Amino acid sequence: MAKVIKVENLSKAYQLGNFGTGTVSRDLERFWSRMRGKDDPFLKIGEVNDRTKKGETDIVWSLKDINFDIEQGDAVGIIGRNGAGKSTLLKILSRVTSPTTGSVKVKGRIASLLEVGTGFHPELSGRENIFLNGAILGMRKAEIKRKFDEIVDFSGVERYIDTPVKRYSSGMYVRLAFAVAAHLESEILIVDEVLAVGDAEFQKKCLGKMGDVSKGEGRTVLFVSHNMAAVKKLCTNSILLENGAIICDGDTDTVISKYLQTSDNTQSVFEVDRPVDYENSVGYITKLQIEDLQSNVLSEIPVGMPWQIRVLFVLNSDALHLIIGLGINNFMDVSLRTSWSEKMELGAGSYEAVFVEDNLIMAPGSYNIIVGMSNYERSVHYVENAGVINISQVTHSSLPSSVIRVNHVGMLLNPMKVTINTLVDNNPDPGIFETGI
Amino acid sequence: MDNQPDTEDWDIEIKPTSGLFELPLKDIWHYRDLLLLFVRRDFVSFYKQTILGPIWFFVQPVVTILFYTVVFGNIAGIPTDGVPKPLFYLAGTILWNYFSDCLVKTSTVFRDSAGLMSKVYFPRLIMPLSIVASNLIRFGVQVILFVVLMGIYAAKGVHLNFNAVALLFPLLILLIAAQGLGLGMIISAVTTKYRDLAFVVGFGVPLLMYATTVIYPLSVAEARYPKYSWIIKYNPITPVIESFRYGFLGKGSFSFELLGYCAISTLIILFTGIIIFNKVEKTFVDTV
Repeated sequence: MAKVIKVENLSKAYQLGNFGTGTVSRDLERFWSRMRGKDDPFLKIGEVNDRTKKGETDIVWSLKDINFDIEQGDAVGIIGRNGAGKSTLLKILSRVTSPTTGSVKVKGRIASLLEVGTGFHPELSGRENIFLNGAILGMRKAEIKRKFDEIVDFSGVERYIDTPVKRYSSGMYVRLAFAVAAHLESEILIVDEVLAVGDAEFQKKCLGKMGDVSKGEGRTVLFVSHNMAAVKKLCTNSILLENGAIICDGDTDTVISKYLQTSDNTQSVFEVDRPVDYENSVGYITKLQIEDLQSNVLSEIPVGMPWQIRVLFVLNSDALHLIIGLGINNFMDVSLRTSWSEKMELGAGSYEAVFVEDNLIMAPGSYNIIVGMSNYERSVHYVENAGVINISQVTHSSLPSSVIRVNHVGMLLNPMKVTINTLVDNNPDPGIFETGI
Repeated sequence: MDNQPDTEDWDIEIKPTSGLFELPLKDIWHYRDLLLLFVRRDFVSFYKQTILGPIWFFVQPVVTILFYTVVFGNIAGIPTDGVPKPLFYLAGTILWNYFSDCLVKTSTVFRDSAGLMSKVYFPRLIMPLSIVASNLIRFGVQVILFVVLMGIYAAKGVHLNFNAVALLFPLLILLIAAQGLGLGMIISAVTTKYRDLAFVVGFGVPLLMYATTVIYPLSVAEARYPKYSWIIKYNPITPVIESFRYGFLGKGSFSFELLGYCAISTLIILFTGIIIFNKVEKTFVDTV
């Protein structure tokens, strides 16, 4: 197979803060050095894009020295956390902005779907917008005409095709927009998380269409998503970005498991604020860790996998009736469950309590953790939103096979025991049965 | 795979910077349908949900020349070279409007279509070109109004010295469009980073009109202010309007020298605009 995309030493820097005083003189200096064919004097190579730390300069590298090749017909997933550089990479590949250094070489046409319905004009009808949107994406008029029926058919909005799109429901709007893009005759299709919109049925259709595009038609697909299930389904290879660099690239399963392992301090280990008078209190909780059962910290837990929360705490003095409690709320602050340790008698020192969850299968999403410590039934330390558990969409092998869907089916996924009994009354009359034959 | 020479033929190469004169002409040609569709979009969305529809194209110049005739013609008493006042003002106004519409719309093109441009690639020059083309339709409609008004005065027996210079009309349109486009592109490129210039456009364009022979003929300016009239004379828009009036109405200052000067300065403005625009379009998304 031939290479269709070749990315070499690609970097992109952004200037932080305001463009205020000083920018004009800087720009002049930049302009002179560019005129003489030199590099930008204000870019210092070597800083890493880490949002949590304050950098020394006000230049941030959103992408740093990215190198990869993509072969024809591949479906490649690009994954990474927010701020990893996914969007910047997409913007450069789709030529919305240009890189600071390095180059990208491409064979064939690129169509990018960074947003659904780019350039739709609300006053124009569906028909007119198909032509406009198609042209914006780089199609010739004759090409759109040839595909018109197919596009309308795929979108399923035939009845409203001559109605201004401002009267469309958001679902119809998305359908029409995706239909145009999906029928683009480009060799390379770049898709950002557009599938987050639209109903489940249509999402499935889109995924199917994208699968066809890469497998059936030999076109190359680059797919950026947080939806690991979709990436897994669609992409054979994936690239994992973190802080603007490629951490791992290879087959999707490996990359996804690497993604889940990458310990991001802000996400899997949570420092707990000490109480104000922690020196005088019996004790206090210091830290929470979210782990798998082998005690590896995990920032995201595949749905279905058992996990545990390790609560580290310190006792200043002896506690005779100590209880550690843990609560889990969903993102709407609906309390999902609360667990308490047995009453304990502990002397001063440092301890940890491990809460293992191997009963409930929680649906994908983020859950807030509440921790508390009490002695003699009196609260000693209580912290809401002490940490966050992320249950990711990637399904774990231990998920019971009777769980068919993990989204929009409730907060808990544990299957109920279902038995089907034959009711006597419902039995067809054997007599009629015989005469019927 | 890896030992393949790096001289394969790639269709697109995305690089940090490109040469000063590297214009995506091939791309623009490929996207010509988009240009037409943008024009159509502007035209259709202009009169959707209005009762009068395209008639609005006429209303603005008619009301404008009515006021000009009263204020400048009658109250201020500025002579119009003996040409009927409404006809004189209309000639200047439609050309001036075309210029200022192109300029103002082009100067905000990056801001106006940032949403679109930050999401999808197309040759950015398509956008200003489509602005010039959509305004050309409006201008064309207004030229019809001008011709009708000429007919009315001719029928009334007013002698209009319609002459061969009118054949330069297509060239005049090209010149004025290029001026609006070029100046607009320069401003649009600078305003992506420094918004200051947007304010200058706000009050500068209406003022520039008074430095152009829209409401008075060049001859009057030269007669009354011989010292400063060169500002008006060498304003590149003036020769266009003067030549237009001379060709269609027989009055005005026309010379090939002045028109040649105008053409050269227009080309300089246009190419400066294209080059700066082309430079900025690559990264404007990061700063706009």
